[in-house]
Amino acid sequence: MVALTPISRTPMSFYLPVVAAAGAFAGLLVGTAQDSSALGVLAGAVVMAGVAFVVTTMVDNEKLSRWGLVIALLAGGFLMGGLPGAVIGGLFGWFFGWFIFWLYEGRYRAKLAPYLTPGQVLWHFAFRVICGAIFIFLITPILVVMPLSFNAENFFTFTPEMLRFDPAGYSLKHYRDFFTNSDWQQALRNSVLIAPVATLLSVGFGTLAAIGLSQPHVPFRRAIMAILISPMIVPLIISAAGMYFFYSRIGLQGTYFGVVLAHAALGIPFVIITVTATLVGFDRSLTRAAANMGANPVTTFFRVQMPLILPGVISGALFAFITSFDEVVVVLFVGSAGQKTLPWQMFTGLREQISPTILAVATILVVVSICLLTVVELLRRRSERLRGMSPG
Amino acid sequence: MRPTRILLATTSLTLAAGLASAQDMTNDMTLVSWGGAYQASQQNAYVEPYLAMHPEVTAVWDESSNEAVAKLRAMNEAGNITWDLVDVVASDAIRLCDEGLAMEYDPDELLAPGDDGTPASEDFGDLIVSECFIPQIVYSTTFGYRTDLVGDTPPTKICDVFDLDAYPGKRALEKRPINNMEWALLCDGVAKEEVYDVLATPEGQEKALAKLDTIKDSVIWWSAGADTPQLLADGEVVMGSTYNGRLFSVIEEQKQPVAMLWDAQVFDLDGWIIPAGLPEDRLARVKDFVRFATDTQRLADQAKFISYGPGRASSAPLVGQHAELGIEMAPHMPTDPNNAQNTFLYNYEFWADYRDDIDAKFQAWLAK
Repeated sequence: MVALTPISRTPMSFYLPVVAAAGAFAGLLVGTAQDSSALGVLAGAVVMAGVAFVVTTMVDNEKLSRWGLVIALLAGGFLMGGLPGAVIGGLFGWFFGWFIFWLYEGRYRAKLAPYLTPGQVLWHFAFRVICGAIFIFLITPILVVMPLSFNAENFFTFTPEMLRFDPAGYSLKHYRDFFTNSDWQQALRNSVLIAPVATLLSVGFGTLAAIGLSQPHVPFRRAIMAILISPMIVPLIISAAGMYFFYSRIGLQGTYFGVVLAHAALGIPFVIITVTATLVGFDRSLTRAAANMGANPVTTFFRVQMPLILPGVISGALFAFITSFDEVVVVLFVGSAGQKTLPWQMFTGLREQISPTILAVATILVVVSICLLTVVELLRRRSERLRGMSPG
Repeated sequence: MRPTRILLATTSLTLAAGLASAQDMTNDMTLVSWGGAYQASQQNAYVEPYLAMHPEVTAVWDESSNEAVAKLRAMNEAGNITWDLVDVVASDAIRLCDEGLAMEYDPDELLAPGDDGTPASEDFGDLIVSECFIPQIVYSTTFGYRTDLVGDTPPTKICDVFDLDAYPGKRALEKRPINNMEWALLCDGVAKEEVYDVLATPEGQEKALAKLDTIKDSVIWWSAGADTPQLLADGEVVMGSTYNGRLFSVIEEQKQPVAMLWDAQVFDLDGWIIPAGLPEDRLARVKDFVRFATDTQRLADQAKFISYGPGRASSAPLVGQHAELGIEMAPHMPTDPNNAQNTFLYNYEFWADYRDDIDAKFQAWLAK
């Protein structure tokens, strides 16, 4: 993007307080780690304001200052916390070097429209910082467990060896445990046997229901829709308890088929909702045209309607699959020990034995989910491109 | 199964196998236990040997002992008992027995005599605390502490837990009144034999809570047995209570800088119950399994995998070395004379009578 606004250096009264505030925040993080938050805030603000003052008035050589700051904070971090401290210090140094000159040279203004008021500029960046903070808040818990799954010890703990990046602190033994332990393998097998079948049922019934309910002449459409959607709205524990007693009476409790049925019931609402959404844009004259040309309703469905609502069916199927694959409450009630799924095994593992094998499984599942979603997204783009719905 | 049959069956393993298949027995068992190292010890000590003797049998574990009472009630209401044998602590066994959800049994008929010929009822002795309870192990709830966080004078007395000046830092205590109230009273100057008399009065309960109040800000409350080992390994707490087997695993197997504080350990029992109302064929299989799993040798074998004392008197001399570490297990048993210098006897009747009342007070105090 080209510069929209000519930039000029900003006064000291502007960039020193901002850098000091950022320094205070960084100091809070470091200070808290050293058990003295207040001191950290003070030291961070003073040091960073001082650095900004020195490099902008005395050194005034951007490249030299930024490299100097990286090296200085890297060394400082190393003295405070060894290798991990040095990495964090180096990152802080890089950030503050960039940040000071970004403010001092007025670069922050370059890509914004010239007519924005200072308040609007502030909001522009505040908005980005807030978004970033929310993103970090959501993603950090997932990222933190990943290195822990390579722990050489049997606890959810960053050991000193791990923090020193010592290879002895890391191992693949929890992954080995997952792939060799018969409990985990049985759970994996159960999950893999249950989820696809439940998905298939949900997609079949859900798509049929959505198409039926989209016909204007069906009586009590809204009431039927509400009932079909209810498993998504009713608290899971209520559905689970209800299913438990009902399935017990008819002999389905504790059977493979019972769990599949229960999961299908949970997945159907997702399919109905996504398919109904795509049906809104579906042109009914297409089915009439197909009928006019001699196609029977089944052929019409598979040759005309299905390809057009496929994106909705696929995303519904994905939701149904994930619902079944992640589900722990209903299977605890409806299943017996023979139908122990991965989430069930993780749940009991977490409660009875806090073992990093759970983290290894979680990491594998996260990677599998990312792959799955990427593949679906690529397929979707490909089909849109083939049908000429989007350029490129 | 008639008693004569059982006697016959135990005379020879092959004969037993022959009889087993001759009789109407199902070949599937669902065993309920606690998961973790404890379940592994059961698996190694008697489930695997039993399955080796009876290749046609399969056993599935369900790690639901924590909510066994609730689940058995639901199963009973739904008329669909899916469990065959359930591992519970003694107090749960008493409750299940009172509610008619567990089967009453005759020890001398169901269980094998000791290898010295002592009838089962004498071999287990007082540990059969309920008509339905088949004892397996004696465990204790006790404290472990970080050796690197307590300075030069490690804690030796239970009251050190309440001493924030000598041992600053967090403590892990179980999120329920049982044990905590007793320890609080002991450290508030109440004599050991009077603890339950004092705790029966509202003033005594206030007194215990007041003592706990002195350390409340430094307590991390745990609810699963695995919590305290994790907190100790993290260095998050200086000391914490949990089951002695969990601490053994932290110290000897995971090699963490943790040591035991055996003072005023509270003994408790864990064992099997057979759910009431099992169909004939499943009951026959379970009886056959229980008889094997609770014999003298099997209970002694279990102690090779976890540091819990066997429930039979006749098993004690047979306790050997740890299966993998090769260390003598006897000094790690809660019942070892060195460890049991000062123990506290958990009073089942008291807690059966007062549990709901004191629980409510304890939870209200926690929320304050």
